[in-house]
Amino acid sequence: MKILTEHIDVPNIDTIDVFMKHGGYSAVKKALKKMSPDEVTEEVKKSGLRGRGGAGFPMGMKWSFLAKPEGVPRYLVCNADESEPGTFKDHYLMWKSPHTLIEGMIVSSFALGANTSYIYVRGELMYVIAILEKAIQEAYDKGLLGKNILGSGYDLDLFVQPGGGAYICGEETALLESLEGKRGNPRNKPPFPAVKGLWQCPTVVNNVESIAATSWIVNNGGDAYAAIGVGRSTGTKLISASGHIKKPGVYEIPLGITVEDFIYSDEWCGGIRDGHKLKAVVAGGSSVPILPAELIITTAAGEKRLMTYESLSDGGFVSGTMLGSGGFVVMDETACIVHNTLTFAKFYHHESCGQCSPCREGTGWMDKVINRIEHGQGRIEDIDLLVDVAKKIEGNTICPLGDAAAWPVAAAIRHFRDEFEWHIEHPELATKPGAVFMRKGASWTK
Amino acid sequence: MKVTIDNITLEVEPGTTIMQAARMIGPEVAPPAMCYYEPLKGSGGKCRACLVKVTAGSEKDPRPMPKLVPACITAVQDGMIVENTVNEDVLETRKGIVEFLLLNHPLDCPVCDQAGECHLQDFSFEHGVSSTRTVEERNTFEPTDLGPNIQLHMNRCILCYRCVYTADQITDGRVHGVMNRGDHAEISTYIEKAIDNDFSGNVIDVCPVGALTDKTYRFKSRVWFSKPVDAHCECSKCSGKATIWYKGEEVIRVTGRKNMWGEVTDFICNGCRFDKKKTADWVIEGPTNVSRHSVISANKYGANLIKPAFPVLQAARDYKQINDDRDRSFVGIQPALPKSKKK
Repeated sequence: MKILTEHIDVPNIDTIDVFMKHGGYSAVKKALKKMSPDEVTEEVKKSGLRGRGGAGFPMGMKWSFLAKPEGVPRYLVCNADESEPGTFKDHYLMWKSPHTLIEGMIVSSFALGANTSYIYVRGELMYVIAILEKAIQEAYDKGLLGKNILGSGYDLDLFVQPGGGAYICGEETALLESLEGKRGNPRNKPPFPAVKGLWQCPTVVNNVESIAATSWIVNNGGDAYAAIGVGRSTGTKLISASGHIKKPGVYEIPLGITVEDFIYSDEWCGGIRDGHKLKAVVAGGSSVPILPAELIITTAAGEKRLMTYESLSDGGFVSGTMLGSGGFVVMDETACIVHNTLTFAKFYHHESCGQCSPCREGTGWMDKVINRIEHGQGRIEDIDLLVDVAKKIEGNTICPLGDAAAWPVAAAIRHFRDEFEWHIEHPELATKPGAVFMRKGASWTK
Repeated sequence: MKVTIDNITLEVEPGTTIMQAARMIGPEVAPPAMCYYEPLKGSGGKCRACLVKVTAGSEKDPRPMPKLVPACITAVQDGMIVENTVNEDVLETRKGIVEFLLLNHPLDCPVCDQAGECHLQDFSFEHGVSSTRTVEERNTFEPTDLGPNIQLHMNRCILCYRCVYTADQITDGRVHGVMNRGDHAEISTYIEKAIDNDFSGNVIDVCPVGALTDKTYRFKSRVWFSKPVDAHCECSKCSGKATIWYKGEEVIRVTGRKNMWGEVTDFICNGCRFDKKKTADWVIEGPTNVSRHSVISANKYGANLIKPAFPVLQAARDYKQINDDRDRSFVGIQPALPKSKKK
């Protein structure tokens, strides 16, 4: 079942004529001519679509929180500042099929009553910005954007804004600050963007994938979308699969397939690269807890783990993880968990905005401590120190970047403490190039 | 609106923050504030020193809030119940915040002009632990001059953003901001541009640490050797209300008047601050009211009759039992300090 990537391999699908030949912009016609904004919102609510940016918050509910005072403009902002290590799905979608996003933007803006909308694209993706600009111009030329779209009386202007070049600008309030031309520091909440967002006006910030999915929902109905998936995880999800698998890439999966299927089936990842065994998986982008092989295939209770929001978080943070933004990083037994944790810690140290003290100082501290451990200068008390620092950052910061920095470190120690201890106790072995700890009796040990 | 903080209930106006309500009760209950500065609009929420536990959100919705909330920017709701000094989690978190703030701080109090009136000293003394767990190298920066009268020691900065808000709100023309990110972020006037307007000196007063110091006062005296006196002068630019600091007969420093929370409400101009360094420039009103717990009051305004609780607590902690028959209760206070960590 493919929704977003159905026609993605059609040649020239990034041009509006080819896109319209394959049913593109039919949702705009349907929504603007036959539906009211509330009816579109109602369909999205019925679909059970959850935010695809990482938090998984029901999108229809987020829309219904939008304050609608008289005489105040409302804004829709598309968060295309995808910069989580391990996640590259939005990039792929915008690059291959920009009109899918633009169609979703028109439908969503119509539902929210926004007459100006923005796509905030990660600053590093300059060529994607050029692709989007070209596609938007085509849509203007066809009368799908601008004044009085398709004679419906609805006006919409759509702008592309290059991002500030920082991971933190993907946090919705930092994104709004950056969009306003300021330093991308997250705001204190409340007030939430739904009440005071862009230029202090009510604003909805949604992920690229979520917005792109709305046009299919308008065309086929919320119930049809809700029929795909399991329980509260409805529809399809783009997964960015990377790491030691045979076929890395972006896959659109119906939510609810098993993790085992996803890793080993030829339809998706195609299994672990030749002769190697699964060691660990980061299931939803760098910020979610890492899980060892035995916990990612089955839950602690022994059930098969599914690719859904609920199943992946089964067991809480003790034995579970999160679907997050769908950055699926697979590691085989040659991967060193300490090295991997260091990479993530370095990233968050580099990307912390420096506004609130736990995150500013804590991320740097964790980076330095793990760096010592990795380079054979660790002390055994450093492991508990890391756990404690992570605990003191978590939940005490302005925005979720602090949590995102603390979780991978805490989880790596939770599940691979022996590997950290080995690094500290045997620095002469651990610092040899290519040396990896082998846990006795583990399924990945040779 | 009714709000309960540390089991003390009081009535407040709608829109009051938890911090303001706690300050109405008194300094014993008020959470520490490193970045919040009431006269500066938009300040607060950054240092996380004032995190408190809300055990009941409001009368209508008495669920506890899932995370600790910053007291300085969280408005009270009717029937809210807040725990500050009585909550273990809050105190533990605060210990962590002290540790974070001191992580890259040089701890050069012996040569720092701010020592004795430093909020970070107070904060770590009251809420921190006496040892450090870090062995990492500290981030360092070179001191820089912001104009002719102000020096910036970025090493000591805790990035509270107070000076940034001051520059934005008190002075006209934005020349003062933050560059870079994370623990490399630094206060800067954009591209070495000096702050040259009449109220720039106030960034020294709002700085909670010794990051922004008065170059006309540098290394002249420790604050506890100088004597603060309230005085005013005729000034066309500002209110002229200031505190002047004497060492012997000499005026060594002029600052704004600080209230009991260390906040200046009447900002003074650079003329009053840097140039009027003679007694003849001022009309003396009388000695500044200094808390008797402050080191500034030491040996000046009569004896401290009440000993601070800390030495007693310290003695209680260090007390070693030598004889099982001896009665511990004579110490009077049960050791309330945390047990020292096992090595």
